[in-house]
Amino acid sequence: MATAKTYDPELLRAERRRRNNLRRLKGLGLHLLLIVLLGIMLYPVIWMIFSALRPEAEIFGDMGFIPTNWTLENFTRGWFLYGNLTFTQFYINSFIICALAIIGNLLACSMAAYAFARLEFRGKWWLFAVMLGTMMLPIHVQLIPQYIFFLNIGWVNTILPLVVPKFLAADAFFIFLMVQFMRSLPIELEQAAVVDGASYWQRYWRIILPLSMPALATTAVFTFINTYNDFFSQLIYLTDTDRMTVPVALRLFLDPSGGASSFGGLFAMVLISIGPVLGFFLASQRLLTKGIATQGFK
Amino acid sequence: MASVTLQNLTKAYAGGSLRAVNDVSLEIEDGEFLVLVGPSGCGKSTALRMIAGLEEITDGAVWIGDDFVNDVHPKDRDIAMVFQSYALYPHMSVYDNIAFPLQIAKLPKDEIDRRVQEAARILELEAYLKRRPGQLSGGQRQRVAMGRAIVRKPAVFLMDEPLSNLDAKLRVQMRAEIASIQHRLGVTTVYVTHDQVEAMTMGHRVALLKDGLLQQVDTPSNIYNKPRNTFVAAFIGSPTMNMYWATLEGQAEELVIHLGSHRLKLPAPLTTAHPELAAYAGKKLIVGIRPEDIVEASTVAAADPADCITAKADLVEALGSDVIVHLGIDAQAAEVRSSDSLDEIKSAEGTSRCVARFTAKSDVRLGQTVTVRLDTERMHFFDGETGETILT
Repeated sequence: MATAKTYDPELLRAERRRRNNLRRLKGLGLHLLLIVLLGIMLYPVIWMIFSALRPEAEIFGDMGFIPTNWTLENFTRGWFLYGNLTFTQFYINSFIICALAIIGNLLACSMAAYAFARLEFRGKWWLFAVMLGTMMLPIHVQLIPQYIFFLNIGWVNTILPLVVPKFLAADAFFIFLMVQFMRSLPIELEQAAVVDGASYWQRYWRIILPLSMPALATTAVFTFINTYNDFFSQLIYLTDTDRMTVPVALRLFLDPSGGASSFGGLFAMVLISIGPVLGFFLASQRLLTKGIATQGFK
Repeated sequence: MASVTLQNLTKAYAGGSLRAVNDVSLEIEDGEFLVLVGPSGCGKSTALRMIAGLEEITDGAVWIGDDFVNDVHPKDRDIAMVFQSYALYPHMSVYDNIAFPLQIAKLPKDEIDRRVQEAARILELEAYLKRRPGQLSGGQRQRVAMGRAIVRKPAVFLMDEPLSNLDAKLRVQMRAEIASIQHRLGVTTVYVTHDQVEAMTMGHRVALLKDGLLQQVDTPSNIYNKPRNTFVAAFIGSPTMNMYWATLEGQAEELVIHLGSHRLKLPAPLTTAHPELAAYAGKKLIVGIRPEDIVEASTVAAADPADCITAKADLVEALGSDVIVHLGIDAQAAEVRSSDSLDEIKSAEGTSRCVARFTAKSDVRLGQTVTVRLDTERMHFFDGETGETILT
């Protein structure tokens, strides 16, 4: 027997309101927590930004957040700290090394990756394992032998130790990254190219490389960030002041012997030095996140 | 243009214990459209890839025209291949995709342009030349893949299930287009498919493979009407051929088939045309009858009761154009194992499934008892032990 189906719409609405209020309250609490955490993390950066914009004497004297006297003096003083040797030169040095490192890594790692991903040759898997093994080696183990080697061939105090290894596919991580990416490309594309008469080089250059754009972009971005931020190897291989790069030059603001350190200039130059990394990252973000146009495959 | 000859072609894996293609010999004539068909894993794609040079040949030989090509690089075989996934280069425009093989061959620019435009005209792709493959529909992509093949003017087209990614309607359309392009260009074509409809409608001849072994190479009509063995009989035709164990009795032109409890007299024209049948008198054999050769007795004028069987309809599928009726008949079904055939649909206990194709006008209902006439003249007879056809 059918029973009458009734419901109270007012009761339903009240229940929905109660649930919505609860959800809003939870959201508010979560946002507050996140804002506090964000503040803790951003505080040093904001403090540095404002410190760069106040007179040197006020940096450690005035505990306030917002400067009482605004000035751009730190920027000019920092930029021209070494008289006729300005930060322009350090940026040029940094960019030359970064550009060569990127070109080297993109070419050499992609070629090595193509060989591992698609070519058949004796000892391939053994070599691949050795290559992966080099990723596990701590940099400290390689440091002294490498330095002695470069010293013996007279490359110390040149950019060669920082650049030439990149053209020899020395970054195992990027090779691994690209091998994985290339393996995911449909094998039929390459077989079609084989039937079409393309040589190994044509297949690599015209088919595989353009399709590996996301992996190449990732490699370029990380190579830039790694090289640009690489303080340690640039410090030990580049000794002349006019060959110094930005991270090494920033060190010159501090006097470890107890003399006067120029914190205002340091903060100003650190602030400027963040720019290229941020700019490069933002410019290549689209490439990084853009998936490959695979619709043509199927 | 050229012929393609396969001599004892073999592809072995796992040290020879697994043979994907086993001793296949085949002569494909110049300008012929040959369809390689078979269930999944039968070795048809492997055979095609060996012709293309993408797969190493374990044993045997491949000739294209008069050239022995076993060790010839794919690019020097004068072939063009269309892949199942089309393998279009997603970063290139349609124009560049079609032009790619010509650019690789370093043809002059104006010659490349002329050929690409010609291919685009044949395939009606002129409006899409600037687009990327990702901006095209499935059918258009398929045509671009064809364009890349025809632009080279190769001696042989190799096609590996090129229509399997298309929806049913488009497949029918592209089937006709490919067949017509092949006819127009007259290029020798080897076409791999697992779809028997494609095999039957497109090819001049059909080569049927099973477990790497060639079962039969013949015209579509002969493959359908004169299957060499039970596998070919079961694979080609949808719904599949009904096959039962039976015994033959009598002699010379007076032969009677015992099909379960049914006795069917074989017609004189059949026994006269095939005297070899008499040799099987008293022996067990397999008889096959296609669904369309089983009709409602009521629709046949003066149906001989000796040709008729009465059975219950277990399942009725009205397809619009015709009606597929599953009957439970008293006979022992002969199972032919094929990875592509459906599991046996169970019939009522003690009976075997018999599928009949009635005309759309049929009003048979589920559960109804119906008398059907078997066209014994069109029956197929296979050796009970070997499964090979008895009718020569």
